[in-house]
Amino acid sequence: MTGCFNFINPLAVTEEPGTTAGDFYTRNFEKKAVPGRIILNLGPQHPSTHGVLRILCEMDGEYIVRCEPVLGYLHRMHEKMGEVKTPWQFIPNMGRVDYLHPLAWTWAFVGACERLAGIEIPERAEYLRVISCELNRISSHLLWWGAFVMDLGGVTPILYAFEEREKINDILQIITGSRLTMSSFRFGGVCTDADERFKSLAKEFIPYLRERLKMYKGLVTDNIILRRRLEGIGPMDADICRRYGATGPILRAAGLARDTRKDFPYSVYHKFDFPVPAGPANDCFGRYLVRLSEIEASLMIVEQALASLPEGSHIMEKAPKANWKLPAGESYMAVEGARGQVAVHVVSDGGPKPYRVKLRAPGFSNLSLFAEAAAGTLLADAIAILGSLDLVIPEVDR
Amino acid sequence: MDLSLAIFVQIIVAVLLIIGLMVGNAVVMVYMERKVAGFIQRRPGPYEVGPWGTLQAVCDSMKLLAKQVFLPGNVDFILYYLAPILAFLPVLLLFLPVPFGPILTPLHINEGIVLILAFAGLGVLSNLLAGWSSNNKYSLLGAGRAVAQTVAYEIPMILALLAVVLQSGSMDLAKIVGQQGQYPWQWNIALQPLAFFIYLVSLVGETNRAPFDLPEAESELTAGFHTEYSGMGFALFFLSEYANMLLVSFVCASFFLGGYKGPFLDGIWWTFIKAYLIMFFIVWIRWTFPRVRFDQLLNINWKWLLPLGLLNLWLTAVLVKFLV
Repeated sequence: MTGCFNFINPLAVTEEPGTTAGDFYTRNFEKKAVPGRIILNLGPQHPSTHGVLRILCEMDGEYIVRCEPVLGYLHRMHEKMGEVKTPWQFIPNMGRVDYLHPLAWTWAFVGACERLAGIEIPERAEYLRVISCELNRISSHLLWWGAFVMDLGGVTPILYAFEEREKINDILQIITGSRLTMSSFRFGGVCTDADERFKSLAKEFIPYLRERLKMYKGLVTDNIILRRRLEGIGPMDADICRRYGATGPILRAAGLARDTRKDFPYSVYHKFDFPVPAGPANDCFGRYLVRLSEIEASLMIVEQALASLPEGSHIMEKAPKANWKLPAGESYMAVEGARGQVAVHVVSDGGPKPYRVKLRAPGFSNLSLFAEAAAGTLLADAIAILGSLDLVIPEVDR
Repeated sequence: MDLSLAIFVQIIVAVLLIIGLMVGNAVVMVYMERKVAGFIQRRPGPYEVGPWGTLQAVCDSMKLLAKQVFLPGNVDFILYYLAPILAFLPVLLLFLPVPFGPILTPLHINEGIVLILAFAGLGVLSNLLAGWSSNNKYSLLGAGRAVAQTVAYEIPMILALLAVVLQSGSMDLAKIVGQQGQYPWQWNIALQPLAFFIYLVSLVGETNRAPFDLPEAESELTAGFHTEYSGMGFALFFLSEYANMLLVSFVCASFFLGGYKGPFLDGIWWTFIKAYLIMFFIVWIRWTFPRVRFDQLLNINWKWLLPLGLLNLWLTAVLVKFLV
């Protein structure tokens, strides 16, 4: 048996424990640690950090005494790129900031530029934006659902979620032209009009997903192991959400029915009747339930928007061309993304490129809660809390 | 026991056959696990290699054989290589007292179940050594979990088996099977449903399979105690896990499900059919349930299975005393 062992000389390994181990963050973190406790690096390559998040943990046995997220492994300078590209060139960047809900980001940037220039887009374009953004939100929540249950050890649901997600991608592909980093919104409208095939597929999808959601409830939500793993774990009340600026399902699970679509209505959201699910509990299970209810709320919006889709053009008559210059001034647009309030602040000095583009990522604020919420929990619970925050690391790091 | 030359030869032949069984079992289980997982997850599973993907296990094992065995820095060299071998070797002895067929029992000994439980306890030592020697914090946590879990779940397992032993008055698996009849209502499961249930739960805990797979919980500890193992080191852990599953399934079949006895015609096929049905059950729940948390896992054991097992044992003892 040893014949197939390719031995690596153990003497060739020169690393001395304790002297060179760890980087700047680890050594700094270790200074406050109680001797005898384990310093554990959760990530950047870890199955449950969904990307390259790194969490430094001081562990007492299985308990996390103190932890600290270390960011920046996926920093891609999107804000800087906003300053060196024209607004037209910057649109595809937004689809790459958060690859699970790209249309919310595209909308925030395009909307901020339109507000700055005072552009009114056709109503049909607004409807198409709402439909595609809500379908995109559903696909993002579905993927979160699968990945969250996978964090808890149930490997099967993510494949069920992907089945639905594929259907949404098939639908969105017709009007956005892509399946992952969609960025089909243009200044003055959207790039492609909805055809009959899009409308019929989307109409078929709504009752289909409602049936599937019932199956999800029976299969996963009511599972006794899942409930015991989630109920009472990682409570985050309104106070901690306010202190860290958490938005989205986390804030709503804490009992505050805050939703940008209702509180600061943009586009045509005021024309639709949809609930903002809040509560019932501020633990992991509450956040789980809020997200599943949001899928249903989004389905309601899509249903109403498809039924009342107005005729007309999908893009305005004299839409800005590629050489379009933003007028001088600044504007801000906040959009309700799948993870919380997505916002873009554009400052322009009238030149061909924006002076400054500030991206407000909800995941960044939501992640900030983690260190406080996870202190004193078991490692398995910390993984559940991390999963319930629904982080997309590219968005956190930008 | 008279250890004459004939018995010695018998043991050698039996161990060789058991190695064949283990490897064959791993081939079947790799295919079955992936195919069943595929069907549960609404995907085809392996289908590229060979007809319906049946040669997948061959490809997997070739890959594992050909892989470089990587030695991470600062590992405890001897223990690191000893651990997978220690995981594999005791399993060979475990199958000796199992009655596969009416005449096919590798080794007749009076204390068969004691031998099985004693050597099954060795398996946790390899997990502990693997986790300790890997010089990896995840492995260390995994090893700690493995020890706590395996030690805990051995107790209700023994209690469940002891009830059957009390009832049949023998520790020899062949005799226990011999006392059961051909039909399901004549099996021990009809007399000892509670013991069967306790055994079924602790069987999953004992073999470290999901939802009780905490020593290797991949979403928490990456791969737990075998995080640092690759190639054949990993393959031996893998092989011993499947062999352990097969063993507890055989013991379950012998103790509770009538072993080789079955309707129409007794024979070795009934042993295998029953054992693989239990294996299917283990695979099925693995791909269905989320993982429990570690304190919940121990709570299930100490607060539910252990008292229930003691109650069952006491009831059996009383009934055996006054009825038999």
